[in-house]
Amino acid sequence: MTETPIISLDHLRFSYDGPHVDVLNDLSLDIPAGTITAILGPNGAGKTTLLHVILGLLQPHAGQIYIEGQPQAGYSRTELSQKVGLVLQAEHTPFNFTVFEYVLLGRTPHLGMLSMPSNNDYRLTRQALEALELESLQQRPITELSGGERQMVMLARAIAQQTPILLLDEPTSHLDLSNKGRFLQMLRTLAGQGVTIIFTTHEPEVAVAAARYLVLMRAGQVLDSGPLTQLLTAEKLSATYGVPIRVARLEDRPVVLLS
Amino acid sequence: MQNFSARLSPVRLFWLLAFGLLVMLLLSVFVGRYPAPYWMSPGLLQEDVLAQRLVWSLRLPRLLTALLLGMTLTACGTVLQMVFRNPLVEPGFLGVSQGAAFGAAVSILWLGTSPVIIEILATIFALLGLALSYVLARQWRFGGWALRLILAGIAVSALFSAGVGVLKYMADPLTQLPEITFWMLGGLWSVTWRDLLYILPIVLPGLLVVYLMRWRLNLLSLNDETAFSLGAAPARERGLLLVAAVSATAAVISVSGVVGWVGLIVPHLARRLTGANARHTLPISMLMGGIFVVICDNLARTLLPGEIPLGILTSLLGSLIFIVLMMSVRLELRR
Repeated sequence: MTETPIISLDHLRFSYDGPHVDVLNDLSLDIPAGTITAILGPNGAGKTTLLHVILGLLQPHAGQIYIEGQPQAGYSRTELSQKVGLVLQAEHTPFNFTVFEYVLLGRTPHLGMLSMPSNNDYRLTRQALEALELESLQQRPITELSGGERQMVMLARAIAQQTPILLLDEPTSHLDLSNKGRFLQMLRTLAGQGVTIIFTTHEPEVAVAAARYLVLMRAGQVLDSGPLTQLLTAEKLSATYGVPIRVARLEDRPVVLLS
Repeated sequence: MQNFSARLSPVRLFWLLAFGLLVMLLLSVFVGRYPAPYWMSPGLLQEDVLAQRLVWSLRLPRLLTALLLGMTLTACGTVLQMVFRNPLVEPGFLGVSQGAAFGAAVSILWLGTSPVIIEILATIFALLGLALSYVLARQWRFGGWALRLILAGIAVSALFSAGVGVLKYMADPLTQLPEITFWMLGGLWSVTWRDLLYILPIVLPGLLVVYLMRWRLNLLSLNDETAFSLGAAPARERGLLLVAAVSATAAVISVSGVVGWVGLIVPHLARRLTGANARHTLPISMLMGGIFVVICDNLARTLLPGEIPLGILTSLLGSLIFIVLMMSVRLELRR
């Protein structure tokens, strides 16, 4: 990758139960700024863990993380939440926040510890909802939304957060084709505005549709990373997933098939 | 209910309730059994010295304590529900109230009945009860988080109740036993200005912390990962809110005894009126809690010639309202 990395991971090690079984095993990776990167890998490869480490939620027991050239540890909680946003696969809250209130929560990193959202925060929340055409949902309780609608609302919350880096953990798994299309279009728009997007997925076609860069992970290590067009080969995918995989071409785009 | 909430903005509802509470407080001054059951004519205050002393020394401190009790219990209920992401918890369900009662009983038995000592011990054991419920719920491997937390709370509450039982058995039946029994029933009949002044230094800062951090409360009710990504330090902020809310609760119930169900049902009702956003729900439920307990206490001291323990009334009304709520609310509990 030739562009300046916005995130740089240097020999990371992480494990959940002490330094014996590494979930991330000597992982190094550079993420170029302003692009969409997809992370592919089998279950248990450490994809979600990697996102949590970049977010700062988990602390690696060895190695360094640089965000915009600065060590991650040098950022305060608030500063980090102004740099890195997160969209989960699903959000479970038993409380009936309206869609608007939930998206407004995305403005929290820009508020003081004890302050309340300002008119500007309300305006940016409305903009985020408009960007995803969710205005009609804004007074609905999030507990009454479908899985797909919730996913869109979570993306709206992350947009309202206005971070230069956005991490998404299997964001399209609950979406139907039309929502998937809108979701990926929004990711491309955000990348066009300079946001760096990293997402994990189990669907190679989603990676093909949205990402320019690809990271292949297996057993806590990066097998390969680079431009998607170069990495999406039968050989590399078969090595990543440990099963035979074919890559065909359809209208000049790669199509991944189980053989 | 839906239409009602759509018509009334949270801000209007807040001022409506604040006005209602003020009227309720004013009227409550004249409710009681002196000189005759149910109502004292306001004119009497100008001529009858006994009426003046009654209102000043008994009814006013009692009313204000009832108000504080209602506000604190609902604030604590809201905090517990949002911090534990479980709409089915309240101080009485998580070992807080029973722990406080046990601490008070220990104090009555061995350390004397000074309000300050009772308050300190009640606070220590209330926090201990909460911590124990939390640790057990984390350790257990049965059912989801919401269920485990409730089960652990029931177990810890039962443990402290049994402890109070043992202490009652050991207590002097003439002096200590009535004191402890009062605790388990809950009531405000002995409240004086001094009691109120003793609890204020803990209750007011506790409520202030909760009130000022109510936007953070919203964050903490989301998934941990989401809360963290939005800048929260979940463990630290949860700890701060819990200590503030539970200390305030322990302090008020060191005066009132165990008063149950308020912290569960009032936040529920408030959320039905204004939605989950704690920015609005917290102050509105605190006002509603204040009104609810003041009404219950008015009934407790007026309805019968002898006093009805407040805890019995709130439990009766609270559990009935809860049953109706559960029939009509679709609760989503996961994890």
